[in-house]
Amino acid sequence: MSWVLALPIIIPFATAVLSFLFRKGPEGRWLSVVGSAGLLIASGILMAEVLAEGVIAAQMGQWAAPFGITLVADLLSAVMVVITGITGLAVSVYALADIDERKEALGYHALFQVLLAGVVGAFLTGDLFNLYVWFEVMLISSFGLLILGGQRVQLDGGIKYVTLNLVSTILFLAGVGLLYGMTGTLNMADLHGAVQQVENQGLLVVVAMMFMVAFGVKAAVFPLFFWLPASYHTPAFSVSAIFAGLLTKVGVYALIRTFTLIFTSDIAFTHTILLWVAGFTMVTGVLGAAAMNDFRRILSFHIVSQIGYMILGLALFTPLAIVGAVFYLVHHIIVKANLFLVAGVARRIAGSTELSSIGGLYKSAPVLAVLFLVPAFSLAGFPPLSGFWAKYVLVKASLDTEAYWIAGIALAVGLMTIFSMTKIWGAAFWTPHPSGLEPSLSTLPSRDRAALLLPIASLAVLTCIIGFFPEPFVAFAERSAAQLLDPTAYVAAVLGDVPMEATGLAQAEVLP
Amino acid sequence: MVNSIILNAATRLLVALLLLFSVFMLLRGHNLPGGGFIGGLIGATGFILYAIAQGAEATRAALRVEPQNIAMVGLGIALCAGGFAAFFGEAFFTGQWLFIGETEEDKGLPISSVLVFDIGVYLVVFGSILTLVLALEEEV
Repeated sequence: MSWVLALPIIIPFATAVLSFLFRKGPEGRWLSVVGSAGLLIASGILMAEVLAEGVIAAQMGQWAAPFGITLVADLLSAVMVVITGITGLAVSVYALADIDERKEALGYHALFQVLLAGVVGAFLTGDLFNLYVWFEVMLISSFGLLILGGQRVQLDGGIKYVTLNLVSTILFLAGVGLLYGMTGTLNMADLHGAVQQVENQGLLVVVAMMFMVAFGVKAAVFPLFFWLPASYHTPAFSVSAIFAGLLTKVGVYALIRTFTLIFTSDIAFTHTILLWVAGFTMVTGVLGAAAMNDFRRILSFHIVSQIGYMILGLALFTPLAIVGAVFYLVHHIIVKANLFLVAGVARRIAGSTELSSIGGLYKSAPVLAVLFLVPAFSLAGFPPLSGFWAKYVLVKASLDTEAYWIAGIALAVGLMTIFSMTKIWGAAFWTPHPSGLEPSLSTLPSRDRAALLLPIASLAVLTCIIGFFPEPFVAFAERSAAQLLDPTAYVAAVLGDVPMEATGLAQAEVLP
Repeated sequence: MVNSIILNAATRLLVALLLLFSVFMLLRGHNLPGGGFIGGLIGATGFILYAIAQGAEATRAALRVEPQNIAMVGLGIALCAGGFAAFFGEAFFTGQWLFIGETEEDKGLPISSVLVFDIGVYLVVFGSILTLVLALEEEV
């Protein structure tokens, strides 16, 4: 069983080594595609195992928990790893046509695979310090990807990115140290029991806030999101897409994990803060997007506003709200990565991402228009696409807890999202190209066309499938939410069947 | 690159000494202070000294292999050392031990996959530090 958990981490690392050694030839990029396909298969096996057996855990090096490093997968971890596999494969196929040989020779594919390894590691680890290590792996590789190519604007964005993220990791590390000082353990399952015996519960809340800020920077929530719109529009489109899909979601995942498993002692306080944060994040993100006039910048700000919805699900902390958060997380990764990929194609054939200097795509590239329409309207929450169900569940959850104002904000922000999407639609697709150019997909070499459009189409189909057949996905999210709200199975899987005082969190008070 | 006869003469001795010492640190690391990380740092120091005395170009020639590749091969070796446990049906990174010449009283010479992992770490640190330093040296 332990290899099922370890393989999704080993495969990207091994691929990174091989594709780096072959970085100067075409083998490197194909190794990257094969490695990503391998990761997808490994994640599928992991998912099958988790579905069949519930939470699974393995001790690396056979050092027993809580002393060694534990890898553990519940339904949430497993689905995140699967999504990482899907996005990873889509982007590495897209990169075949997007990344030039100069960037390849600098080691693009190796960095990309190390990033995937870091993301998967963060999803699978059951140890807080190990989570920190995976964050560092992600930070280093993503910084490398961000500045690859070495343009001035990239370095500018990269410095902002790495500085703010370093502040976050330092805060995270300080929090880890304090938590270890109070409880003597860093194994997350063990912490679940240990924090309940801490005498100074006030200090625990302080530590919880440190984690909230640290993960908040990673997740790009209000008011800590400034690094994201400053950097995401600068690198290659493949890099933007994988960042937009996965990086911030690791922060959201870490928030969900720690604030359902460890920091649940003062829900009325911590989760109320999260609720406010969620509201502000949604609003500022969408307003920022409305002020932008660049394809990628608009999308970057929308990442921020969408993160708000996921935090909203966590903050409400009812079973239905967690269902919404999990569903939203999955839907969003696919949609967002896809929109950035579409932006890349638009740039290739129309020459820019600045909305005022492109146009005419609807007339001359109708296929691309359809492929944009699916994720864009899913993002805005049009029925019957996947975003509609995600928003529906969250709004219903907030109405159920009588948090009418946040439900109102969620709906208003959805409306504003439509505004932004129609702005892109109007400027890039409907208005004629300002220089009279007729951007057409047929100007691309056929190999590039296939490599660029295949991933976009596959992700769009996936969005439609989730939209048209939401029942199995919602049912899955329900099972996952039940696991998150009652971590008994998680704790038992990691620590063995020792009797634990795992007070069922499902009975925890519901927020006002 | 510093043009100094004293430094040049001393470097010839010191580089060899540092490299030898780094291997010593690597090998004693399992039970005593030392190991792959510190060994790699000491080994890299040797070549950094060489780069200061002789210049980056001469250092690259002396290394023969690109330092980035050394780091990546090291990562591969470390990964293989972890994966080796699969042949014995044990979890990832479980140490595998072989005691050569084992008797009742004496454990003999222990050889382990842990050492292989440490060698991988050594190469990763060695390679990545030299990548950075040589890039900076060439920039100046």
